[in-house]
Amino acid sequence: MSSAGDVARLLDATGYLADDELSTVTYLALSMQRPLLLEGEPGTGKTALAEALAESLDLPLVRLQCYEGIDATQALYDWDFPRQILHLRALEAAGAGPDVEEAEKSLYDERFLLARPVLAALQQSPAVLLVDEVDRADDEFEAFLLEVLSTWQVSIPELGTVKAATPPVVVLTSNRTRELHDALKRRCLYHWIEHPGLERELQIVRSRAPEVSEALARQVVEVVQQIRGVDLTKPPGVAETIDWARSLHHLGTAELDLETAATTLGALVKYREDADRVKRALDQLLRT
Amino acid sequence: MSTSIRGGDEILLAFARALRAGGVPVTQDRAHDFLAAAALLGADDPAGVRVAGRSTLCAGPDDLARFDQVFEAFFNVRGGLPRPRPMVRADPSAATLPLDEGESGQADTADEIIRAVASSTEVLRHRDVASLDATEKQRLAAMFATLRPRPPLRRTARHQRWHRGRIDASRTLRSSLRRMGEPAEIAWRRRAMKARRVVLLVDVSGSMSAYADVLLRLAHRLTQGIGNVETFTIGTRVTHVTRAMRLRDPERALIAAGETVPDWSGGTRLGETLRFFLDRWGQRGMARGAVVVVFSDGWERGDASVLAEQMARLGRISHRVVWVNPHRGKEGYEAVQTGVVAALPFCDDFVAGHSLATYADLVEVLADA
Repeated sequence: MSSAGDVARLLDATGYLADDELSTVTYLALSMQRPLLLEGEPGTGKTALAEALAESLDLPLVRLQCYEGIDATQALYDWDFPRQILHLRALEAAGAGPDVEEAEKSLYDERFLLARPVLAALQQSPAVLLVDEVDRADDEFEAFLLEVLSTWQVSIPELGTVKAATPPVVVLTSNRTRELHDALKRRCLYHWIEHPGLERELQIVRSRAPEVSEALARQVVEVVQQIRGVDLTKPPGVAETIDWARSLHHLGTAELDLETAATTLGALVKYREDADRVKRALDQLLRT
Repeated sequence: MSTSIRGGDEILLAFARALRAGGVPVTQDRAHDFLAAAALLGADDPAGVRVAGRSTLCAGPDDLARFDQVFEAFFNVRGGLPRPRPMVRADPSAATLPLDEGESGQADTADEIIRAVASSTEVLRHRDVASLDATEKQRLAAMFATLRPRPPLRRTARHQRWHRGRIDASRTLRSSLRRMGEPAEIAWRRRAMKARRVVLLVDVSGSMSAYADVLLRLAHRLTQGIGNVETFTIGTRVTHVTRAMRLRDPERALIAAGETVPDWSGGTRLGETLRFFLDRWGQRGMARGAVVVVFSDGWERGDASVLAEQMARLGRISHRVVWVNPHRGKEGYEAVQTGVVAALPFCDDFVAGHSLATYADLVEVLADA
């Protein structure tokens, strides 16, 4: 792959429609072998990009969902303790010789190693490693992540160092609940994903929900685009647009009208105050 | 990667330098990445250079906005530079005056000196900080170190080892397995405790200007003492000043904050700034389950109903909302300002905040939150 256009075409084939800037940044991340840090409103397709990348490059996707209190044993590796014990018992039962050192050595074997996402990605690499919602993890975890992302290797005291032959493609997503550390950001290419424009969103809805008729999809997207301009607590993302289009389709709606729009609004806005405002706005939008 | 300077690179490096002057923290290695990225995309392609710069030199939405301004000014010279933001800065007080000279002047015995200092310290503790002169403010600043903030705690989903509580079955089992199945000591565990995040929203508008300086000092003390504290100034805009507050030295921290905050002593649109805070930071998680402290006198120039709505939102997201009003502790104060009236129903605590003694009370309120 030699240009941003190639990346866009590859992603396009999987149904992920990236705009110019996003495909260019993705191309840069791939060719410079840098992690890609994506931020943006929820529902703008940050996680979906990693999935689409894995599919289009035909690589396994390894996902690490971050949460508060996550630590190295959940992200890197752990020893399978029960199986190690069983192994010892088996040795005992088989009446193996009293060679303690040999028995101990056999305990720390790769088959007793539980590879958690980061190690799995390094072992399987080339792979796509998705570090989802990295802002939810604690600061200490960031430091640890930084180490892996800059050296592409993990050292296991009992076994040695696991190093990726080719660095995996890494996508980090963040919802900005807290500011990430500068050192981590410096390792990454940064991109802020915006809500898509009308035509692009329409394409996305058409490709993700092909059962919805073109006319209905267009109407839905037009209304959603207008609604985002209304002053809302949580403007609807693309995922909500698709949900709404699907739910309208399920109800057998051929054309959006005020009544069906109002009854299915729960798919689109998730706050009572927003629902009130949108209902008022819909009145005007659908009348004209 | 070769480090020799190519022709166009000089221009790109100059741009990176301009960007740094524009307030984006561009480091050497980022600039290097920028060159590499631009080379990949072709340095003659303006759109490519723009994307390369945005992805390598920026690290947040604020950076992106600045980047676009500088990019426009640097590469598309049309009508000169974009209009700079009007900056009105209050000078954070500089430490020049010695501390105790005024009191120790001509006193006869050491005992008297100590008593005199002690009683004037006690008086200072209860004085309204707005009425202090520069020397007294200096002394008060030193007294902030006597505040001992403790973080509000919450239980986490995880457990920790403890000498009593509930039985930790898996740990007990593991330790007995380690002894080849011999029953071993019983391990206990309890839910771990963690410091709740504290979010401070400091009103730096004109009506609060006498207090802004001291409140930031308080914010600094809290940040240093508790750790998990995020500080924002609110006025006509919302400014994230946590980074400045993390500097260990209070004077440096205040100067750094003074350089970051563009709207000292401006107007107040509490409702709208609060909404901006919630949209940009609060709702995403910064205010979720946090103890939010609003330092404001509640003078609202905008629509009070907006403030009420946003306070309700804040109240739903956060664990506890504390409103600190510097006028509350004064004689004859009544909560009649439109902002306070609108916000009060959604506050869990409404406390005074005009003297060091009241800040000590606030520290207690926070610890128990």
